[in-house]
Amino acid sequence: MLAKRIIPCLDVRDGRTVKGVNFRGLADVGDPVELGAAYAAAGADELVYLDISASIEGRGTFTAMVERVADRVNIPFTVGGGIRTAADAAALLDAGADKVTVNSAAVANPGLITEIASRYGSQFIVVAIDARRDAGGRWMVTTHGGTRRAGDLELFAWAREAVDRGAGEILFTSMDHDGTRSGYPCDVYRELCGSITVPVIASGGAGSPADIAAVLSEGGADAALAAGIFHYGNYTVGDIKRYLSKLDIPVRS
Amino acid sequence: MIAIVDYSAGNLRSVTNALGRIGAEWTLTSSPGVIARADRVLLPGVGHCGEALARLRDCEGLERCLLDLRVPVLGICVGMQMMCRHTEEGDAPGLGIFDTCVRRLSPLEPADKVPHMGWNSISNLEGRLMKGIPRGAYMYFVHSYYAPLCPDTIATTRYSSARGGMISAALGYENFFGTQFHPEKSGDAGEMILKNFLLL
Repeated sequence: MLAKRIIPCLDVRDGRTVKGVNFRGLADVGDPVELGAAYAAAGADELVYLDISASIEGRGTFTAMVERVADRVNIPFTVGGGIRTAADAAALLDAGADKVTVNSAAVANPGLITEIASRYGSQFIVVAIDARRDAGGRWMVTTHGGTRRAGDLELFAWAREAVDRGAGEILFTSMDHDGTRSGYPCDVYRELCGSITVPVIASGGAGSPADIAAVLSEGGADAALAAGIFHYGNYTVGDIKRYLSKLDIPVRS
Repeated sequence: MIAIVDYSAGNLRSVTNALGRIGAEWTLTSSPGVIARADRVLLPGVGHCGEALARLRDCEGLERCLLDLRVPVLGICVGMQMMCRHTEEGDAPGLGIFDTCVRRLSPLEPADKVPHMGWNSISNLEGRLMKGIPRGAYMYFVHSYYAPLCPDTIATTRYSSARGGMISAALGYENFFGTQFHPEKSGDAGEMILKNFLLL
């Protein structure tokens, strides 16, 4: 059976990793290629690199970094941040990325999903959705890191539309939980997984291996993306996998 | 020298990078002359199997050349599917090396998803390509079509926990091999399969 995936996420600014984990024996945690290779060796199932550069120069550096990651790392990796057009996605495919992730740009232009999926296949596009619960209890989509509400766009409707347009996976982050290290909203993940036919990646909120176990079992998510738990939580990928394995949650050993 | 068959199948970078990591020399080519002289031949494949077969057949002499090869040949993912008798993807005749027909995956129970995507374990390992690979090793799969179990199956994987949910993870017949998974993306275990291919 398919293993549940653990996916470390690396934020990259101007070609350098932001908030690097201190791996033993790794000289430069600021090098995204070295850090990615260390995660892969530690048992990560995939990697996500998000470009948070603000400048054009930073973006150019990012594409060069993607080439070096592709050369070095022997597991699949996804890249995102700043993809506005199918041409942006194509450049990252050519550089060696296995998948791209789009977020705000897809909300602004849903046709972008269709265009990327039809040209390069659904396996190449992950649609990331940030949402938060409104006063009426509805999960509303936000953009630009949770700072803007995307009109009247609702999580489940948007996820279904993204899948209909060809999204190969949905990466959902609850902006109410992101950064809190208090766990995931498992009921929402459960409902999301039941309403779409593609894998769901959980993101934002993990403070402990137990949180990850909960979203993969009760929440039904196929994968967990995490950053903070590795940076601040003192857990390795191996620690998390051993914990999941004890609970009979299938993981790649 | 490994000849990677380049029939405009799309991005071959992950395959060439993986060969580079294990120190193999390779060349991208669609020339039957070059392929016929290679020590090893790798048939990559991404995208639509029927279209890939059509593009391969647009290269004059390429299909005949592949069928006549006596050196080890490895097809990856759609490359493996192309080596079967027929594929439902585009309803196209395949190269007919492996004695099975490629079918569309369909969920056998509500939890099953198409495409079959992610890390899955392989079992029932046979032959030299699988040498040293532990039973239950995880490999990276991304596909919506599959080869059913058949006499050429040299590794299996379980797509669904339902009855009939076991499919071919790899095929082998004489000097021809194919993997449904992507050894070039399957970590150290995948790298071992590529090394085994070099040692065949």
